[in-house]
Amino acid sequence: MLLMDSSTKISFNRCIRDGDLVVVYERHDTMKAVKVCENSVLQNRFGVFKHSDWIGKPFGSKVFSNKGGFVYLLAPTPELWTLVLSHRTQILYIADISFVIMYLEVVPGCLVLESGTGSGSLTTSFARAVSPMGHVYTFDFHEQRAASAREDFERTGISTLVTVGVRDIQGDGFPDQFSGLADSVFLDLPQPWLAIPSARNMLKQDGTLCSFSPCIEQVQRSCETLRSDFTDIRTFEILLRTYEVREWKMDHLKVNDGNSTACPPRKRRQPSSEANVGDNASSPAVMARPSAETRGHTGYLTFARKCVS
Amino acid sequence: MSENKPESGPTVNPRVTREGCSVLLDINDGDRLVFACLSAGSTLKIGNKTFSLQPLIGCPFGSLFQVESGKEKPYLSRFIPPTEENNVQDGGGCQLQEESRDNRAIIDNNQAQSLTGDDIDAMRRQGATGNEIVEALIANSATFDKKTQFSQEKYRLKKQKKYAPRVLLRRPFSRSICEAYFKKYPARIGFLRVDALSLLLSMANVSANSDVLVLDMVGGLVTGAVAERLGGTGSVCNAYLGGTPYPMEIIRMFNFNNEVCKRVLRCSVNDLCAVQNETSEQVSQHEDVCTMESQSDEKTSLSVSTEEVHLSSKNGVSDLVPENELSTTGKTCKAPKAGEKAPKEVIQSWKENGFSSLIIAAPEQDAWILVKDLLPLLTYSAPFAIYHQYLQPLATCMHNLQLEKMAIGLQLSEPWLREYQVLPSRTHPCMQMSGSGGYILSGTRAYSNTSQS
Repeated sequence: MLLMDSSTKISFNRCIRDGDLVVVYERHDTMKAVKVCENSVLQNRFGVFKHSDWIGKPFGSKVFSNKGGFVYLLAPTPELWTLVLSHRTQILYIADISFVIMYLEVVPGCLVLESGTGSGSLTTSFARAVSPMGHVYTFDFHEQRAASAREDFERTGISTLVTVGVRDIQGDGFPDQFSGLADSVFLDLPQPWLAIPSARNMLKQDGTLCSFSPCIEQVQRSCETLRSDFTDIRTFEILLRTYEVREWKMDHLKVNDGNSTACPPRKRRQPSSEANVGDNASSPAVMARPSAETRGHTGYLTFARKCVS
Repeated sequence: MSENKPESGPTVNPRVTREGCSVLLDINDGDRLVFACLSAGSTLKIGNKTFSLQPLIGCPFGSLFQVESGKEKPYLSRFIPPTEENNVQDGGGCQLQEESRDNRAIIDNNQAQSLTGDDIDAMRRQGATGNEIVEALIANSATFDKKTQFSQEKYRLKKQKKYAPRVLLRRPFSRSICEAYFKKYPARIGFLRVDALSLLLSMANVSANSDVLVLDMVGGLVTGAVAERLGGTGSVCNAYLGGTPYPMEIIRMFNFNNEVCKRVLRCSVNDLCAVQNETSEQVSQHEDVCTMESQSDEKTSLSVSTEEVHLSSKNGVSDLVPENELSTTGKTCKAPKAGEKAPKEVIQSWKENGFSSLIIAAPEQDAWILVKDLLPLLTYSAPFAIYHQYLQPLATCMHNLQLEKMAIGLQLSEPWLREYQVLPSRTHPCMQMSGSGGYILSGTRAYSNTSQS
């Protein structure tokens, strides 16, 4: 997924090969990750797609099924991965992810600690941000979940950047080997305040911490704990509002010169009056309005910075 | 693990300031934000007094400084804030006591404070510290004890800011740079809020080793943010329309090393769009344009260096306003130069392979006109993100992209960001918030058999 070397980099000259991971795009809300395998087929409501038809086509191509239905084949990105990954837990979405990466000041070369791993949605973006020289160590106390995450990171080709550990961070803290080495720590735990003292020990001076919590009570307690060794404690909520765009023919209601709001039967206007030519044919206009149904809450993001002594 | 590849020579610790580095100074907890270039001669003005920034050199980022009244003149001194245990009176950790006080007895008659300005001046002359003055003001306030705990805290903070101002030393990152500009000169960065900037970077999949095409009319903020994510790998092509590159003075705030700067290149959209197999005549014409461009480049670099001269010679500090005033003396801040003209072979490689990401931040341009020309430069399946301060141009652009079937996965979105005050029994959203951080149109370039190249 990430451009670890030039052979994986998408370009005009890089076509889909056997073994590539592609994101099959049906619609903006219907996508699926598929490993291209010469003899395999993909079956969906549009029909049967032969993988062998895909090989040699550029990424971004439209491919057809036996019934003439079509899908697009996209090169995977962390954003697409967030939309196709299997949900083993509640995941973080693009608005929170983007803000976390920027606010934690994660740049190439950083060492990032994360707990829990969950479904690995944020982990994938952390990996992108620290590459090529940095590393993400992510911990989950759920053995099976950690194993699935490991498999996913193999599949998306980021396993050289991510190490998944099985550990109860709330109970045992982060491993001592990272003491004083972490540039950033991210916590998505039910009782983050239990892990904050350990996170503090892991962080370099002036290192950044973020805790994601859905409930304000969690935030309240985390902030109380943070106040002893951290500065710049700030809590945010971020949402993404999406818009629907369509072309619309507006009816141009004629308003009388008087104050009447009634729409009188169309009269022939004197040509001498103000230019109204073309007004009769209502002109189409492109307009946007916020999508009706939207996410109202994901979680609170609390950021803090380790005090410099 | 260091965050940037060490340059040749001794490894530079990016977490400690050094002479000539760019820093962000946060004065009195965000009241004022100032970019400065640290040198022996650089100074900072707070109120009517001038302070040398010399004590800040060699300190770790994140250090706090407080104004101390010295024997001859006041100076900035490292300040370690008291920890929780001996600072309980500010209500930080303890639960709010049952508050019985309220403001019924407080009358605004300007007689609560018995210390006069002359008294305070006298204290200063006798060498009282800022903190001592604050304590004296509290002791001589007739109403302090009647205030609620919360407003006592507010009073103390207000006086501390005035009599013992604090300066926080910040490491400039795209986060802090964007926030500082958004707070102070939002129009200069096209009202691009930090969360919108962060979304642009993810939606365009900016990652190490990618080749990112950027049309940056927001002073270099987006170019710098992209270069930060590339960390000295891949390339950023800062494209411009016409013959003159757009200003990108903000990029100098980032403290980029040579490795990162080298990856930031400039190229005109004309050169990028020119058909590959052009006749020799066209080539020579292009070369003419190139020479003119490099001249204009030199002009820009000249004005850039004068700005630096201005910064360090006058007081080494810029309140984010890049003024191109001429000043002939003083040391320049040695910052590696980003934004060289893209060499021919690099342009050729961009054309052959296509860019792996596109970001447009041209808040005063028509988005569709730009996208029409720039999208074909993007490789198939590559993501793009277009920022605009207005919704309508993006709506039109999205509609046209759909009609022309140039892209899929189109999404028009607007981030919403709310900060919270979190305090014991006093948690609520902040009273003021930014109403809009701008709009983003994102999508992925689709391959169609009719697409060119």
